[in-house]
Amino acid sequence: MTTIARPRPRAAGHARGRQVKRWSARLAWTVLVWVAAIAFFLPVLWMVLTAFKPETAAYSYPPKFTFSPTLSEFRTVFSRGIGPYLENSVFATLVSTVLVLLLALPASYALSISPVGKWRDSLFFFISTKMLPIVAAIVPIYIVARDVHLLDNVYALVLLYAGMNLPIAVWMLRSFMLEVPGEVLEAARIDGAGLFREITRVIMPIIMPGIAASALICIIFAWNEFFFAVNLTSTVAATMPVFLVGFITSEGLFWAQLSAAATVASVPIIIIGWIAQKQLVRGLSMGALK
Amino acid sequence: MAIRRSRGLGVAGVLTVASLAAAACGGGAGGSGGGSGSHTVTVAVVANPDITQMEQLIGTFEKENPGITVKFDTLPENQERSEIQKDISTSGGLYDVVMISNYETPIWAKNGWLDDLSSKFIASDASYDAGDLLPPIAKSLSYQSDLYSVPFYGESSMLYYRTSMLKAAGITMPEHPTWAQVAAAAAKLNQPGKVAGICLRGENGWGENLATLDTVINTYGGSWYNTAWQPQLTSPATAAAVNFYVNMVRKDGESGAANDGFTELLTLYEQSKCAMWYDSTVAASSLSAVPSVFNDTSYAFAPVDKTSSSGWLYTWSLGIPKDSANQTDAWKFVSWATSKGYLNLVGQKLGWAQVPPGSRTSTYQNPNYQKAASAFASITLNSINSVDQATAIVPKVPYVGIQFVDIPQFEDLGTSVSNQISGAIAGSESVSQALTASQADAVPVGQQQK
Repeated sequence: MTTIARPRPRAAGHARGRQVKRWSARLAWTVLVWVAAIAFFLPVLWMVLTAFKPETAAYSYPPKFTFSPTLSEFRTVFSRGIGPYLENSVFATLVSTVLVLLLALPASYALSISPVGKWRDSLFFFISTKMLPIVAAIVPIYIVARDVHLLDNVYALVLLYAGMNLPIAVWMLRSFMLEVPGEVLEAARIDGAGLFREITRVIMPIIMPGIAASALICIIFAWNEFFFAVNLTSTVAATMPVFLVGFITSEGLFWAQLSAAATVASVPIIIIGWIAQKQLVRGLSMGALK
Repeated sequence: MAIRRSRGLGVAGVLTVASLAAAACGGGAGGSGGGSGSHTVTVAVVANPDITQMEQLIGTFEKENPGITVKFDTLPENQERSEIQKDISTSGGLYDVVMISNYETPIWAKNGWLDDLSSKFIASDASYDAGDLLPPIAKSLSYQSDLYSVPFYGESSMLYYRTSMLKAAGITMPEHPTWAQVAAAAAKLNQPGKVAGICLRGENGWGENLATLDTVINTYGGSWYNTAWQPQLTSPATAAAVNFYVNMVRKDGESGAANDGFTELLTLYEQSKCAMWYDSTVAASSLSAVPSVFNDTSYAFAPVDKTSSSGWLYTWSLGIPKDSANQTDAWKFVSWATSKGYLNLVGQKLGWAQVPPGSRTSTYQNPNYQKAASAFASITLNSINSVDQATAIVPKVPYVGIQFVDIPQFEDLGTSVSNQISGAIAGSESVSQALTASQADAVPVGQQQK
């Protein structure tokens, strides 16, 4: 008896091969993304773990993953007067972000939907301010702040953070505004909407995820800003990053205390990010489409 | 939906305006400090345990001086230096009191940035006992014989060793050891992977690895410059010292020494991973927090080679910037924080072993302190009092400073040289390469001094 092997359809074989390849690629990407995510998250996890260790355990080598957790370092952090620093950070961050949005929205409109003359130059001018290293300007900024009595004043930080974040917000919001369908704007104008109504009632609702994403980026940058804060403030207007470095000492152990302070400092940003998660993902995806 | 969002924006705007108004009225962040009749003394300090103690006890000062509030701007050492230098050099007036060292004090006094404390305050303040300050420390904080800052605490360097480990190895450490004896002991005590024969600083920074290395260079007969301000970093004596230091730490020192500064070595020593440790005298107070290690620790003077003593001299002190608007209140605070009364307060409230060391002779005559710090008080005092630049550095040199060169450019030069030394300790370059590069960096700095 002779059996003749049925020939496998070549097309089906190729399809299965392609599918396997696709799965393998997808698996490889998934693994890569997870590895990258864990690599990025590990320092944060380590910071939080260290915050719950006694100071001597934080320095143990090899590092310990099992230990008796303690809140003593958090108690130390809160006993060192964290309140004013937190208050200054919240104030400088929120006020500067609102200021940025108030200025960036009309600016973006004038650079996208209704472009002003030489809008390319204006756009480049905005971004060019980010090209100057801040350290090169700190002494003139310091002297100006001194002369206008804004040293150790939280309004100096508000102004600087607004200036620092404005170019980023303008660029981001402009890219979102470019996606607003022209027909919608035309319809609004035909219905009699003026400029203010057009921006507030038509454009803003459409790009709200983009506004949320821009605001969050501004909040993160302002909250984490250290250089201006440490240079222009001392005891009255100092912010959280300045509070954090106060734990770094050259004569003693400080890792656990610093980790506890850093954990506390991270909480507000994590909460804001979590609340704005949905808008943020949509906003960043909108930007990504560009 | 659109209307709701628009309202949301309106609410945000109202909140902003409200918060701005609240802050402008002083209810928000960052208002000006102090109400009528009260003054705020703003103090820039380095973050270290002795300052944390002062922050805990500041209520006593504020109680004794109604109307004065003290606020501390606490920063890491390098940050604090840079902040106060920027403020003081631009007459920013942010700080009423600054914590500086014996490196900055004479330079800043010469620049006219600091108050002459001797003539302005001490001469008319009978309650302040300046004669009680340890003479070498007071001298290092003086310019043209007047004090421009007063010491909060002071230090020299000494050798710490684990009594039981040396005993088990049959080693007897003399009270005044030579570096050759220390190196021989380190070789015998070293157990790779378990206990380092000796722990030494390798971390870059002129206040880190150069502090210890400079004392070795000095006692080996080396120096930074000769009297003509020509760099001596490749001279035979300096090269011999650096080779000795780098080879010893690489052979019998802790692993990864290039990353270790005071804090890391304190931790290693507390974890019984160092048989010997050459570092600051102030570490003794910190060790007292770990009784098992503290009780097994003995002390020896800074090891020597060609000189009779080689300890460094360093002090953190308080000075008053000329631009401070609160000069009188600033002196009230400075005189309190550097007084015998403050040292007694620390002893009574926080324990006598925690008293900031190395500032006043009376501290070492206090029976309570003698009892609590009996193990290290005497050697700390004698180490500080034995520091004399005339005998600590063999060749004649044109500069002041044991473990630094007291010129404004030294911060940059020292940092650059310390990077090279750190590289040599890490093995990324040879000692010869490190010193050749350092010598090249030192040439223009020397030329600027002529």
